Formats: sequence, structure tokens, C-alpha cells
Amino acid sequence: MHEVRFSGFGGQGIVRCALITGKALSMYDDKFATMTQSFGPEARGGACSSQLVVSESRILYPYVTLPGVLIALSQDSYTTYEPKLKDGGVLIYEADLVTPKEDDGRVQMYPAPVTRFAEELGNRLFANLVTLGCFSAITKIVTPEAMKKALPGLVPDRFLEVNKKAFDKGYAYGLESLEKKPLVTGDAQ
Amino acid sequence: MRKTAADPKGVLEGSHFLDGDHAIAEGALAAGCRFFAGYPITPSTETAERFAERCPAAGGMFIQMEDEIASIAALVGGAWGGQKVMTVTSGPGLSLMMENLGLAVMTETPMVIADVQRAGPSTGLPTLPAQQDMMQIRWGSHGDYRIIALCPDSPQECFDLTVEAFNLSETYRVPVFIMADETVGHMHEKVVIPPAGEIGVVERNWYEGPKADYRPYQFTGKDVAPMVKAGDGYRFHITGLTHDERGYPHLTVDQNEKVVTHLIEKIDSNADKIIQLDESEVDGADVVVVSYGITSRIVSRAVQLAREAGIKTGSMRLITIWPFAEKRIEELAGKVKAIVVPEINYGQMVREVERSAAGRCKVVSVPHCGGAVHDPEVILDAIKEASK
Amino acid sequence: MSIEVNIDKFRAESPMTDFLRMERMPHIWCPGCGIGTVVNSFAEAVKKSGMDMDKLAVISGIGCTGRVAGYVNFDSIHTTHGRAIPVATGLKLANPEMKVVVVSGDGDLTGIGGNHFIHAARRNMDIMVICVNNFTYGMTGGQVTPTTPQTANASTTPYGNYEYPFSLPFLADACGATYVARWTSLHARNITKSIREALNHKGFSFIEVIAPCTTLYQRRNRLGDGLDALEYYKEEAGVEKDVDTREVGIDFQGDIVMGRFVNQEKPTYEEAVNERYANVLGDDYQLYGMSKPEREEKAKREAEERAKVQALMEDEEAQMMAEDMGVDEEGL
Ligand SMILES: Cc1ncc(C[n+]2csc(CCOP(=O)(O)OP(=O)(O)O)c2C)c(N)n1
Ligand code: SF4
Ligand SMILES: [Mg+2]
Repeated sequence: MHEVRFSGFGGQGIVRCALITGKALSMYDDKFATMTQSFGPEARGGACSSQLVVSESRILYPYVTLPGVLIALSQDSYTTYEPKLKDGGVLIYEADLVTPKEDDGRVQMYPAPVTRFAEELGNRLFANLVTLGCFSAITKIVTPEAMKKALPGLVPDRFLEVNKKAFDKGYAYGLESLEKKPLVTGDAQ
Repeated sequence: MRKTAADPKGVLEGSHFLDGDHAIAEGALAAGCRFFAGYPITPSTETAERFAERCPAAGGMFIQMEDEIASIAALVGGAWGGQKVMTVTSGPGLSLMMENLGLAVMTETPMVIADVQRAGPSTGLPTLPAQQDMMQIRWGSHGDYRIIALCPDSPQECFDLTVEAFNLSETYRVPVFIMADETVGHMHEKVVIPPAGEIGVVERNWYEGPKADYRPYQFTGKDVAPMVKAGDGYRFHITGLTHDERGYPHLTVDQNEKVVTHLIEKIDSNADKIIQLDESEVDGADVVVVSYGITSRIVSRAVQLAREAGIKTGSMRLITIWPFAEKRIEELAGKVKAIVVPEINYGQMVREVERSAAGRCKVVSVPHCGGAVHDPEVILDAIKEASK
Repeated sequence: MSIEVNIDKFRAESPMTDFLRMERMPHIWCPGCGIGTVVNSFAEAVKKSGMDMDKLAVISGIGCTGRVAGYVNFDSIHTTHGRAIPVATGLKLANPEMKVVVVSGDGDLTGIGGNHFIHAARRNMDIMVICVNNFTYGMTGGQVTPTTPQTANASTTPYGNYEYPFSLPFLADACGATYVARWTSLHARNITKSIREALNHKGFSFIEVIAPCTTLYQRRNRLGDGLDALEYYKEEAGVEKDVDTREVGIDFQGDIVMGRFVNQEKPTYEEAVNERYANVLGDDYQLYGMSKPEREEKAKREAEERAKVQALMEDEEAQMMAEDMGVDEEGL
């Protein structure tokens, strides 16, 4: 069982991240996934988030309670959700947009300059796919094959190839980060 | 009633990662619904949007009406025009639909209404879940009547129960509600849509006798009369007034009794056939938690914790809300110490549980205001307290 | 004199036998009420049109006029107050073969049902709406309606009406109706002709018939009986051609401008839907299983049919005038 939270500000494709991952897991990785998102007043401006519960069997309780993985693409979302990340959990954050507090070892921190990578590919809108690449490489919750299969229908056809490239870029960066800082697994995530 | 295979044109066979709202639209198309009239309202709008997108290829018609009064009125016309019909709404729209819900009930017009519940009263919390309309659908239109209501707890069930809702509405010529909520409506999960050949669909029971003998009504309290559609030469008449078998106004107390008891009995006498429940470890339990919709999924966590704490806890999920499973609750009440009823309102279905239990066991309400689900710990505490 | 005998005779001999549900006679309307004239004219128009009566549906709301759906021998729905138009919309869209006619009162269509009225007109929904405008809520005892002229007395304006009334042809025109006409219940032949034209019209057609509510409006305003009402129409109602619908408001017992104010072609809601969907989906689009060639064939057939009926009506008109059957040229 994994609980994952994607967070950032509106327009960063946060909901799309969870949709792609949930689809990949439930349709191509043979897992069960439930995705919820915050609608409502808190979804306007400020921190925006979407959540995934991933399991080998049917998910009953649909919400994340204490996520083992947090993706934070904005300072606001980092500030809001970092304290709610499990001890020993994985934090993947936007290296250029988030200034984290000093690493006290409570969680495993992985910075990733996803927006910069996306801009190198031509548009910062691809940042979410870069993020997903990092996420897939670092946590291994979802396979890269499944993620790529999940893209059609969730990204515009004309951007399919560049989105795959963005994913690969993030994936490669994620693997590099892992080499530098191996993940301590356990039931943390 | 005989089931046939679904029309493949409406069936998006395969696995999908969908939210409940979209799954409702797919369920409707699979069930053969080809006419949708609606008015946008959060958190139900996605159903209308998906139907609008998908219906041309399935060969159907979508119209965004001027309001919810018009939407449900159009369904009455659409059904007698010959189509299977549906609309979708949420609290404020549901309130506007109450008038012509009565017309649909009185004219015994099959239709499906999905209510993706949000928190009220009034405009309330438009984007957050609630289960506050459970009694409104049952009593909200004036006069005595019955409807059927089903309550999905997942996108998959949004699909499955929408198909079932159409089947029930054709079988009993009655409006059938899908009582979803914002969370189920917006939650994404895998939804498997079977091949058309494996989806059992109840087609309308078309009348096939001599034209002059056609009667749109029979007041047996068990079955409903077959239907005809406009344009086939039957020259049918239907009215919201108290009417006779021909559908003509017949404004006497005796006739009203005949009509109304039929409307009630056609559902009540078939309740055993209609009602679906999902029970787990109810036998030998000390406490049973009765819940429905999204709350059932919160309950699953609480029940697990209670069992871990050594309390013999059973769970009963109401898939069918109306008609209410009163016999089964009565039976259970004689065997358990307590029934716990959490719901996202200040105590609606718990009244039905109390009425059915009739003092045989403790009945504990665990209310919650609209806008959020329960904390499982709160339900756990109620279970612990009830088990004493 | 026994009513029973008369009724049996009426049922057996009436030329209306095919059009009315004779088993439901006698009807509930008061002597001198204008609603009956409209029903007669409607039956006459349907008869003359030679159309397939199985393909006609009549929908009414609630009110004295709302009872029309219950008396006519067609597929018919007596709906709730004000909701005839959306029910008609649903029936039409679910079964585009049908010609759908709404007959209802001024209060029903433009008070409680006003929102539906303006939107059906806006969409050019292919239905016909006949409004019996008696300036009052007849069924509930003579209250003020959105059409009651100022100063007229109603039970809820016992000191005379102070509200601004709707002028219905202007309202319909402004909202997009593609056929708009007004007559009074004195002008039965014109009503019949208008209904025939509207039956043959594709799109939202609106016919207002000014008619007396003898029991309530006439009496409360000391205007005499049904005959007095017809006398008033004779004196004050006149046909005007090429008139701007902004100019046809009715003051209390004032002039009544009659005529066919609007008659134009515009794609209907259904045609617009079909065209859009077909543009996007091409041959894959099949409304209720009807393919593109089938839809085109149907549209062509219907257009030819309409042209034929139009020609027929013109012939008849010429003949009537030639025979000087007392038909007022302007009135046609
Ligand atoms: C929702 C609702 N409100 C009020 C009524 C009561 N009511 C019945 S008929 C009517 C007025 C009908 O007036 P109009 O449409 O002008 O018809 P008329 O009787 O004049 O032909 C009213 C207010 C009702 N039936 N339903
Ligand atoms: S009350 Fe008026 S409108 Fe109604 S039937 Fe009598 S005369 Fe006609
Ligand atoms: Mg009136």
C-alpha cells in the first residue's frame, strides 16, 4: 500500500500527474489505484493537491492519511504538506521553486529542477511529466512503461512525443539522484 | 422482465480510469439511454459534459435546458417520445426537480435521475460531498409516492448501478435515483465496462395488442402496464391529475386511492426483488454498522480497526436506499446489541433504521455535517461505545 | 330538454368525432368561453391539412386552456403548470417524426412558464405554441396575469391592474420565434388558416388568440357576456400588414392589432444539432440510428411536402376569394 500526494500551484498539472499515474497503475501495472483531488475553495490559487492510494488489492478507504511520498512543486505546497509526510517518507521537490528547511533527516529529500528541464524542452508545461519521470525512477511505485502507455488521452496528441521525452528526462535524472542518494526502503512509503 | 444484450453503439468496452460522474454517463449510454436533458451544476456537470460528447456517436440527443424544471419535464416528453431518458443534478437543481418528479411518478414515466450530492442547505458548499438529499428524494415532491434509489460507493458502481437504475425504471415505470456524492462523483478509479453482450438491459415493455384496447395504466399494485410511444397511433393520454386506466382525469377519492396505492404497492410488494445489500461478517456480530455511498468506504476502515480491537463488528452497506431494507434491519436488530449509522447529514437514514429496529436493539446515529467525510476514529469510538 | 340526449346526438353526429375524445364530452368550459373556438379551429386546420393524425401530439399545461390536451384525440400530455413547452421539447427531440403542438393559457405559458417560452423560441424549437390569452388566470378564479392590461380588474388587483403587461407577439418575435400571429376568437377562419400555416412551418411558431373568459374577466370588468366580447373584437380588432411587433400592445378594451407578424425560415434546433454533429462526425453520426442519406432523404421529402401544402393553401385562398365567400382579403 502506498499513499502519494502531488502538490503545487494551479496550472502546474498537479491533477494530471495523479490521473496519469493512477491510470498507469490501474490499467497497465495491474494495481489498484484511487485518485482524489481537492476541489473547492482550497483548490483556487494557493496550494493545490491530488492524492493517490495504491494497493495490491481493492482499496476500501479512498483517502491518503499519512502519505509516504510527497511531490511538492511550489513553496506553498511544500509548507502545507511537508509536515504531513510520514517519517522516512520520500519528498521530491522543485529545486528552483522550493527552499526547504534544513535537511534534518526526517524525510528523504530529492530536489529536481523540473521546470528548468521542461523549459529546455520548449515549454514549462512539460514540468509535470519531468516530475513523473523522477517520481517513477525514485519510488519505483509505477513502471515507466505503464506511465508512457497511460499518456494518450491525457496529454494532447500533438504533444505526446515531447511529453514522453520530458518523462525520460525526469526518469534519467531520478536514476542519477538515486545513485547519489540511494533510497532507504521499508514501509516508509 | 426479460433482459437483452446492450446496444454496442453505447458501450465503451474495456478498462478505463474514470471518475464517478463520467462512469454514470457511460452507464446510461450502455443501458440504452439516448436522450439527456440537463442543466449544469457542480459536482454533477461532468456527467452532462460526457454525455454531450459521447451521444452523437451513440446516436442520441443531448440538450442543455434552461433550468432543472425544464430538464426533468423534457424527460417526461422524451420518455413518451420513445426514448430511455436521464438527467443529472445536485441539491439546488434537485429542489427544482421536485415538481415534475411528481409528474413522472404520477404518469408512471421511466427515467433515471443522478443526484451527485453536495452540502446544503441552499447553495451551501458546492464542491464538497454530503448525503443530505436522502429524504428529499423520498418525500420532496408533494403527495404520497414511492421511488427507487441506488447508492454507488465507487466509479465502477456508478457505471453498474446506472445500468441497473435504467433496468429498474423500465421494470416498474418509476423514476430511479442514483444517489452519488461529490467524492464518488469526482474520485477516479478503474472502471471495467464489459462487452455489450454481457450487459443485461431491460428494454421497454412495448404494448402489442389492438390499438383501441390500449390502456396506459393498470392499477394492480404489482405490475405496470406496457407502454407505447408517440406517433404509433395509440392516441394515448396521460395527465398529472388522478386518472383512470385510459389516462383520463377521474377526480374522485376512490380513484385517487386506487392510483396511489398502486404507486406505492408496485414498489413495496416487489421490495425483496429490488433491494440489494452488501453485508460483511454480520452473522454473530455484536455491532453492525449500516452505511451507504462514500461513507461505507470510511466505515470499512473503522470496522477493520474495531475488529482488530476485538469487537465483533459487522457491516451492512445499503446499495438500495429506497425501498428501504426494513425487513432485513428488523431481523438484524433482533440479533445484535447495536446498529451504528454514520452518514454525512444530521441523521436521515438512521430514522428508517430506528423505525425498522423498533426498539429491538440500540440504534446509534453518527452524524456529520456536509462538506467532509467522517474521521474513521469517530466511527470507531461509536462502535466501541455501542458494543458496551 | 335532457342534456344526455343532446350529448349522445353530438357524439354520434359531430363533425369533430375524429378529433375529439367523444367519450370525454361534455367538456368543462363555461358557455361563451373562447377556448372552444380555438379547439374547433385547430380540428378544422388538422382536418384540412390532411396530415397523418397519428403524427401529431398535443401538450398542455394547467388551466382552463390546459384541459385541451385531454379532449383532443391525439397523443397528448397534460403536464404541470407552465411545463408544457419543455415536455413538448423532450417529446419532439426524442421523436423528431412528430408534429408537436402546445395549447395553453396566458398565465401558464408566459407567467410560470415564461422561461421555457423564451428559450424554446430562442432555439427555434420545431413546435407550435397556441396561447389562449384571456388576460386572466381562469382556472383559479380570475387573478392578474402577465398579459392583463393596465386598469383591468382582477381578483388579485381588485383596484385595477397597475403592472405593465407583456405584448406576446413582441415577446415571441424578440426571442426568435419564426412564425408569429395573433387573432381573436371571433376570427375562427383566420385562426384555422394560421394553424394550418404553422403546422406546415418548420421552427417555433406562436399563435396568440385573444379570447373571452366570460365567467371571470368579462364579468369582473362588467364587460358583458361572450357576445359582448365578440362585439368588442368586431369593433376594435383589425388586421395590419408589415406591422412592427413593438407596436401591437393591447390596452384595456383598446385596439387589437391582428395579423401574421412574422414568417421566416431559419434552421431549427434539431437541424442545427444535426448539422453540427454531421460536420464533426461525418457519416458516423446517426441520430437514433438514422444515417446521413436517410436524414437527407427525409429532409427533402418534408420540404417537398411543405411546398405542396403551401401551394394547396394558396389555391384554396384564391378560390375562396373568387367565390367571394366573405373572406376578408387582408385577414388572410
Ligand atoms: C405550480 C402551480 N402553481 C399554481 C397552480 C394553480 N393554477 C392552476 S391553473 C392556474 C392559472 C392558469 O391560467 P392560464 O394559464 O391563463 O389558463 P386559463 O385558465 O386562463 O385558461 C394556476 C395559477 C398550479 N396548478 N400549479
Ligand atoms: S373560467 Fe373563463 S377561461 Fe375558464 S372555462 Fe370559464 S370562461 Fe373559459
Ligand atoms: Mg388565461
